Amino acid sequence: MTPAPGQTVGPFFHLGLPYDGGNELVPPGSAGAIRLHGRVLDGGGEPVPDALVEIWQAGPGGEVVRAPGSLRRDGWTFTGWGRAATDPEGHYWFSTLEPGATEAGRPPFFAVTVFARGLLDRLFTRAYLPGPELFGADPLLSALPSERAATLVTTREPAGLRFDIRLQGDGETVFLSFPGQRDCWA
Amino acid sequence: MTTQADINAEIGARAGERGPQPRIDYPPYRSSVLRHPAHEPSPVDPEGVELWAPCFGHRDVEAAESDLTIQHAGEPIGERIVVTGRVLDGQGRPVAHQLVEAWQANAAGRYRHLRDQHPAPLDPNFTGVGRCLTDANGAYRFQTIKPGPYPWRNHVNAWRPAHIHFSLFGTDFTQRLVTQMYFPGDPLFDLDPIYQSITDPKARELLVATYDHEVTRPEHSTGYRWDIVLTGTHRTPVEAS
Repeated sequence: MTPAPGQTVGPFFHLGLPYDGGNELVPPGSAGAIRLHGRVLDGGGEPVPDALVEIWQAGPGGEVVRAPGSLRRDGWTFTGWGRAATDPEGHYWFSTLEPGATEAGRPPFFAVTVFARGLLDRLFTRAYLPGPELFGADPLLSALPSERAATLVTTREPAGLRFDIRLQGDGETVFLSFPGQRDCWA
Repeated sequence: MTTQADINAEIGARAGERGPQPRIDYPPYRSSVLRHPAHEPSPVDPEGVELWAPCFGHRDVEAAESDLTIQHAGEPIGERIVVTGRVLDGQGRPVAHQLVEAWQANAAGRYRHLRDQHPAPLDPNFTGVGRCLTDANGAYRFQTIKPGPYPWRNHVNAWRPAHIHFSLFGTDFTQRLVTQMYFPGDPLFDLDPIYQSITDPKARELLVATYDHEVTRPEHSTGYRWDIVLTGTHRTPVEAS
């Protein structure tokens, strides 16, 4: 079956998609909470103030979370999913936990989806935790030139991790295609 | 100043391209020029969390959120409609108990959003946001009003065909989809660079709902049916169950 094509989220997605607490997978300042944050930038290096970033991640032990409650957070249930719109400076942030590896010996990552006005279809990427000793075992990172692979790796900071997303141009983030899409887009 | 005739020519020049997904490098939609990656996407096999989708439940969504006409004290103005259909994966299996989000302009073509400065009236009885969960058969249903077309500033006299924005999840992370549902026979289809960024006409039609008299409610609202097929899953059905 041919999948439905995507379309841009447009300029008015704030009406329907962001919600209170969407970017707080755990309460800021709670035990183990980190800030994952960064900027979304366009091909001219300018911030994208109307982008939306979603993350989907394993828990600290590498477990895939199957708990509802992302839309109405209770402050106790870690659902592994969050959504953040960028601010006028193109900045987004999440309060979350560091994911563990879902497979032993593989580097942990956040699965990331990016939407924006002007972006006609959503983009997939990954934000890996720093830890280059495991990168050689990762099929994606090890297949990329080092400067491209570097776009997928977060930078450690005192309060957490930084991950900038460059939609185009110098340092353009590596975006992903999964087999299910390649098969139907061929 | 870019005219509609200029945009039509640009759309026409790309019309022969194939492939069911939108071209993300599509200059007729001016805002896309600096906002699409120039590199090809990197092929990767999904692993770990990418083989699963986030989980939503009745704790997340109240049943009443699927009715966009009851969110205020009065009735919104406009043509009441029902939009319903099924969410399916690429193998045709229903996507059960999953989140569907929708947002839209009001009947006059105005969004309740600070950045919408189109001088058409806001409707105090219409916000334009709905959510629901699919049922065991993958079916979703919204009661709403038909949105109006609206002008935008892509070029002189640019108008978007009437549409409802949809946000969808599958059973895998990789199936995430945000798209727009259109109404049959819209005269603005040929003129709209966002719709035409899907250069395959058969693929574009997948975003157009059909009028369905079986969905129409007597003396209340007309009915539209729109089924949404996501990309294929990467897990086997046994694992997915």
